[in-house]
Amino acid sequence: MKSSRRGFLKFAGLSAVGVAGTAAVATKTRASQEHEPPATEGKRLAMVVDLRKFAKDDAVLEKIIDACHRTHNVPDFADDPKNEVKWIWTEEFETAFHSQEFHYIREDLKGKPTLLLCNHCDNPPCTRVCPTQATWKRASDGVVMMDWHRCIGCRYCVVACPYGSRSFNWKDPRTATNLATIESTYPTRMRGVVEKCTFCDERLARGEQPACVEACDNDEMVFGDLNDPGSKIRLLLAEHLTIRRKPGLGTQPEVYYIVEDPRTLQEVAPAAEVFEEEGGYA
Amino acid sequence: MYDASKIVAGLAVFVVLATSPLWYNAISAAPPDAPELQQPPNGSTECVEATDYMRANHMDLLDTWRDTVVRDDVRTYTSEAGKDYTMSLSDTCLECHSNKAKFCDACHTYSAVTPYCWDCHVIPEEAP
Amino acid sequence: MLEKALSGSKSYWAWIFGLLVVISGGVACWFWQFSEGLTITGLSRDVVWGFYIAQFTFLVGVAASAVMVVLPYYLHDYKAFGKMTILGEFLAIPAVIMCMLFIFVDMGMPNRILNVFLHPTVHSMMFWDTVALGGYLVLNIVISHFTLSSERREEPPPRWLKPIILLSIPWAVSIHTVTAFLYAGLAARPFWLTAILAPRFLASAFAAGPAILILLAFFVRRVSTFDPGKQAIDTLAKIVTYAMTINVFFVLMELFTALYSDIPEHVYHFQFLFMGLEGENTLAPWMWVSSILAIVSLIVMINPKTRGNHNWLLFGCVAVVFSLWIDKGLGMVIAGFVPNPLGKVVHYAPTAPELMISFAIYAIGLLVLTGLYKIALEIRGQLKAN
Repeated sequence: MKSSRRGFLKFAGLSAVGVAGTAAVATKTRASQEHEPPATEGKRLAMVVDLRKFAKDDAVLEKIIDACHRTHNVPDFADDPKNEVKWIWTEEFETAFHSQEFHYIREDLKGKPTLLLCNHCDNPPCTRVCPTQATWKRASDGVVMMDWHRCIGCRYCVVACPYGSRSFNWKDPRTATNLATIESTYPTRMRGVVEKCTFCDERLARGEQPACVEACDNDEMVFGDLNDPGSKIRLLLAEHLTIRRKPGLGTQPEVYYIVEDPRTLQEVAPAAEVFEEEGGYA
Repeated sequence: MYDASKIVAGLAVFVVLATSPLWYNAISAAPPDAPELQQPPNGSTECVEATDYMRANHMDLLDTWRDTVVRDDVRTYTSEAGKDYTMSLSDTCLECHSNKAKFCDACHTYSAVTPYCWDCHVIPEEAP
Repeated sequence: MLEKALSGSKSYWAWIFGLLVVISGGVACWFWQFSEGLTITGLSRDVVWGFYIAQFTFLVGVAASAVMVVLPYYLHDYKAFGKMTILGEFLAIPAVIMCMLFIFVDMGMPNRILNVFLHPTVHSMMFWDTVALGGYLVLNIVISHFTLSSERREEPPPRWLKPIILLSIPWAVSIHTVTAFLYAGLAARPFWLTAILAPRFLASAFAAGPAILILLAFFVRRVSTFDPGKQAIDTLAKIVTYAMTINVFFVLMELFTALYSDIPEHVYHFQFLFMGLEGENTLAPWMWVSSILAIVSLIVMINPKTRGNHNWLLFGCVAVVFSLWIDKGLGMVIAGFVPNPLGKVVHYAPTAPELMISFAIYAIGLLVLTGLYKIALEIRGQLKAN
């Protein structure tokens, strides 16, 4: 009796595993039916931040950050820095480019507020490490996307990002006071997922510019397609000295910072005229 | 069989517990009324697909919409009838079914289903 | 065989009960964490991996260390380890289970854990780590089940088991290598971006794991008539000694490269660990304790007189385990995040709920270990009666 009871338990256990396994395989086959991405010409979307146009305590900085965070219902945990979530923010220039180890720095750059956001790298380490492809680089336009339905909250992407661009939801974002009433219909995220700037993919789909760019007064941020040689962003990059964050890591960040002397500002006008003629950012 | 009385007693307890949803419902008070779904307050009579189809498949439809929008950046859905819709829970579905409590929750509460869409997706202002 | 874990003395059941109390406390904390979010831990935007992942990293090493007993016995016919292999495998199983639990409690969305298998991602080291750990658990369960049940029937194990046992040897090495790969391929974290990380992990694993095994063998000898044998203990002690020596050597190599090159982004992390950085020096005392214990343990273990004396050996093994637990867990993981990618110094310390959940996972591991060892000892005890 003893050995056959043991045998029965083994058989029952194996059957349960077999049934569960079959169900899992069936589910997986259904779940893995991914859709074909739409056929579009390849774009390479990028951003230029013109640091000449920002002064300390510049009101436009708050306007830009606000535009992003309001549009996307980003929780404000300012009084609770441990849980901070931010998609775009400022650091002092020396901090933003701290690997330059500045000892002597041009006067206007000292302490200059520098807007930082996800760089939507061309060779992103974050998408390389994600175990579920909850973050990936879109082939059609280069945006590093987030799928908040799939994210398991392992935070490996946060670890892998060399720029500190990503935030994790340590708690329910709707507990933040600024989200007591939600104005934008953009979904909030839930506790337990990682979030970051997505170059306003929902606005791009409507043919609009990212919210931060639209909040600018005077082309402080310029957005466009690097694969279009006539685009405003390409003209800016051809005319001005730009630097990127930690370029030596091979991530190919696509946010460029104009670091020329502000007294060169008059020369921006030709680029702006061409943009108007070409009819838009893309 | 060894320990026959204990085993039979244990089995009896198990059967009672396992069938409890059936006998408990049988002996309790009258079941709640079938859920009444509010018709779209904006007067619309045509959903994305036929009502019977939606009743059975809206979950799969929404899952497909979710992956198509987020992962493939395709945002337009062409229904069986050939009409185009923007694939959005908050902006399309809730444009007509604007009162979540009187529409979505009516069935979900009745069938004890708690989809977690609303943890993130925003419910537009309540309409009458 | 499982029923053997369900009978025992008063002290056995008191121990089990104590573990269950700790486990229930931790489970309650975890439910709170599941509803509130990981905000109840000490983690923050900059230090996103902390105590949980530190324990996972240390325990993967312990799990891999079973190979240090299996390899000599099965590949080189080192008969002295004959009685130890089951103890090694029965240590590996709870170690892997604890690894998986520490990952599970660290996840933001643990209910989505199956996404790792529904959407396999071959370029992600975390995917491969999941595969490796899962496979290793299955391997060890299969191996230990069939060897023990054969021993119980006083028969040789089935022939098809041998290739599976041999497979577990490179697999053990791979679980810890792939765990090192989680860290060692990240451009963002210069502290971890070193080729020596995987070798360091293996060396510390092969020191800490066998040291724990020696301590368990001493304990087993006290509570039962089972004796793994003097030669087995002595050889294991030699393995611990060599592995610990190599590990300390590797650490010194890291210190040289970082400090002699004087590259800030390398130096800062070591500075944070041992001296503190900008007033943030929570880990410094721990690191110095770890270093002193490492030296002391080497003195005890290298000297054959002290290594051969079982009281000294016990002290040496405790020193090895504690030193490596600090260095590989807290030290290595947290220093990767301080300073953060913007060069800022940030603070991390685990909170009480975080520690409670961790204690509960250790208690679960001890519970599994107790049950498995009880089964093994009972079966061996039975054999003695015959």
